[in-house]
Amino acid sequence: MTLIWLRVALICYAVGLLYALVALNRTAEILSKVALHAAYLGMVLHFVSLVEAVVDAGQLTLASVHNSESLLAFLIMVVFMLVYLIYKTTSPGIVVFPLVFLLTFVAATGQQPLVLTPVAVKGWLAAHILMIFTGYAALFLSFGASLLYLLQERALKTKSSAGMFSRLPALQVIDDIGYRSLMLGFPFMTLGLVLGTVVAESTYGRLDFLDPKILLSVLMWVVYLIMVYMRLSAGWRGRRAALLASVAFVAAIVAWAANYFSKMHGFIAS
Amino acid sequence: MSFHLIGVNHKTAPVEVRERLAIPESRLPEACKRLAEHADVAEGMIVSTCNRVEFLANMKNGTGDLRAFMRDYFAVDMGPFESHLYEFREDEAIRHVFRVASSLDSMIVGEPQILGQIKEAYATARAVGAVRMQLDQLLTRAFAVAKRVRTETAVGSSSVSVASVAVELAEKIFGNLKGKSVYLVGAGKMSELAARHLLAHGAESIFVANRTYDRAIGLAHKFNGQAIEFSRLYDTCERADIVITSTGSPHFIFKREHGEQFLARRRNRPMFFIDIAVPRDVDPEMNKLDGIFVYDIDDLQQAVASHVSDRKKEAEKAEAIVNGEVQKFHARLQTLDVVPTIVSLHDHLETIRQAEIDRVRGRLGKMSPDQELAVEALTRGIINKIMHTPISTLKTAARESESTTVVELVRRLFNLEDEPQDAEKEKDKHVATSKSSSDSGASH
Repeated sequence: MTLIWLRVALICYAVGLLYALVALNRTAEILSKVALHAAYLGMVLHFVSLVEAVVDAGQLTLASVHNSESLLAFLIMVVFMLVYLIYKTTSPGIVVFPLVFLLTFVAATGQQPLVLTPVAVKGWLAAHILMIFTGYAALFLSFGASLLYLLQERALKTKSSAGMFSRLPALQVIDDIGYRSLMLGFPFMTLGLVLGTVVAESTYGRLDFLDPKILLSVLMWVVYLIMVYMRLSAGWRGRRAALLASVAFVAAIVAWAANYFSKMHGFIAS
Repeated sequence: MSFHLIGVNHKTAPVEVRERLAIPESRLPEACKRLAEHADVAEGMIVSTCNRVEFLANMKNGTGDLRAFMRDYFAVDMGPFESHLYEFREDEAIRHVFRVASSLDSMIVGEPQILGQIKEAYATARAVGAVRMQLDQLLTRAFAVAKRVRTETAVGSSSVSVASVAVELAEKIFGNLKGKSVYLVGAGKMSELAARHLLAHGAESIFVANRTYDRAIGLAHKFNGQAIEFSRLYDTCERADIVITSTGSPHFIFKREHGEQFLARRRNRPMFFIDIAVPRDVDPEMNKLDGIFVYDIDDLQQAVASHVSDRKKEAEKAEAIVNGEVQKFHARLQTLDVVPTIVSLHDHLETIRQAEIDRVRGRLGKMSPDQELAVEALTRGIINKIMHTPISTLKTAARESESTTVVELVRRLFNLEDEPQDAEKEKDKHVATSKSSSDSGASH
C-alpha cells in the first residue's frame, strides 16, 4: 500500500512539475492554482505513505534509502508550502517540483530491504534523521531562492522586466525567502549533526573522522556556517550568495551520496 | 429609435480642426439642450475632450443627419470638415460608444481618463434632459462594458508613464515600498513627479540635495522631507533605497566607486538609481555592481513603449468583449422596442376576428355587400376599441424606463410568441396598421 499511495502522490507532483516547466515560458496562473491543489493532495497521500512505511518497518527510523528519499521530498514540500502560506508565491515551485518529483519517483520505484536499528538508539536516530532532513529541505529551498534571485536580478539588470520574469516575486521578497530558509535550516542541521555524533558514539564507541560520510557532513556544515556568517555580517546576496548556496548544495548531495561508501553510516543492506 | 453618431478625434482630425468644433464645458449644457431640441433628434449628448468631439443622438427616424445640427450650431459650412468626420449608425454607433468608454479608441489605449470624461458628458446631458430613454440605456451599458474590459483584460493595467514605470520597477526590486526612503538629487519637475508617485505607493522618508540649497529646502518642505547640502551627498546617499537624479551636471555624479562605497555601508542591501537627467548623472558602469540597479530615461521610456505594445495585445481581447456586448445590447433594445409588440398584438386580434367571422359566416347565410361591410366594421370596431388602451399604455411605457416589464406583461396577457422579426418591416407594418385603424376608428 505504501507504494500505491506514493505513486498517486507522484502523479500529483507531476502536475506540479508540468507547472514548473510551463511557468518558465509563460504566465500560467490557472495551472499555478491547479498545481497547488495537486501538491496539497500529493502531500496528504505522501504523508499517508510515510506513516505506512513507519508502521510496516515497526520503527520510526527510516530503514531504507528509498524511504529516506521519500521523507526528504515530503519535507521539501512542507517548506515550499510554508513559503507559499507566508509569501503567497508559487515561484519556488520552478525549482522545488523537479527535485521533489525526482526524489519521489526514485522512492516509488520499489521497496528496498529494511535495515534494523539497534533498539537503544532508536529515538535519537529518528530525531537525527528528522533534523538533518529538515535542514536539507531548508537548504535546498534557500538554494532555489538564490537561483530565482539571480534570474530576477538579471531581468532587472538587462532591463527586460517584461516576459517570463515579470511573475517572479520582487527581488527583496525572494531574498527574504532565501534568508529565512537559511536561518531556519541552520539550527536543524547543526542539531541533527550533533545528534548523529551522539548516536554514532553510543553505537560504535568512537568517531572515525576520516569516514567519508562524517568528513563530508562536517564540510557541508562548514559551508553552511560560512553562508550564514557572510549573510549576517556582510549581507551577501545575489551572485555571491547563490555561489555559496550552490557549493553547500553540492556538498549536501555529496554528503548524501557518501552513504554508499561509508562504513559507519551505511544503512544499505549489502 | 435610431442611433446616429458623428464626430472627429485625434486620428481623423488635427488639433486645428478639433479646436474649432470643441465646445467648452460652460457651454455644454446649452449645446446639449439645443441638440435634443433639434428637428430630427429625440435625445442627444455631446462629448468634447481635447482628443475628440462627438455628437451622439437618438434620431426620430433612421434617415436624420446630425450634420444639420452641426451646421446650425456652429453656423459654418460643413464642407471643409467633411473629410475629418466619421459617422456611425445603429450597431456601429453602439460599438463606437462602447469602444470609446472602454478606452479602446484613445490615443493611449487603456488610459483611464476617457471613462470619466464620458460620464461627465452623460451627466451634463442628463441634467438638461437631453438624455432620457434609449441613450440612457446605451450609456449605462457602456459604463458596464468599460468596467468589464478593465477587469477582464489587462488593457489598463500596465503603467504607461515614466513615473509609474519607475514605481513599478521599484516594486519589482523592493516588493512593498513601505518604509523605503527616496533621495532626490537635483530638483526637477520630473523627479518631483516620480517622488510623488513613490510616496503615494508607500515610500516614507525623502531626502533632497540640490546645488542651490534653497531649492532643496523648498522641495524638501513640500514633501515633508529633509534637505541636505550638496557637499554631503556622498556621505548620506546610502541612506536611501531609491535615488532619483536630475541635475544639469555635464559629468557623471555617481561613479562605480561611489556605488561600491554605498553598498559596503548598506551591507549590500539593493539600491535603485533612477537617472532622468540628460546628460546622465549616473555612470552606467554602476549597473554592473551586484545590488545596484540603474535605469536611465531611455530605459524607462523603453519600458513605457513595451507596455504600450502589451496593451495593444490586450486590446484585441477587449474588442471581442465589446463585440459580444454590442450583440447583447442590440437584442435588449429589441425587447425595449414596443413596436413589434404592438404589431403582434394587432396581428393576434386580427387573426381571432377573421377566424370568428369565418366560423359564423355559414349561419349568417348570404349577405349583401352592405351587410358584409357592416359585419367587418362592427368586428373591427370592437377590436380597435379593445386595443386602444393597451397600445397607448405601451407607447407611454416606451418613453419610460419600465417599458420592458410592460411589454413582457402584454405579451403574456395575450399569449404573444416572441418570434424575432425584422424591425424595419415591423415598423412599416405598424405605420400602415395604425393608419388603417385610425381610419376605421373615424368611420365609427
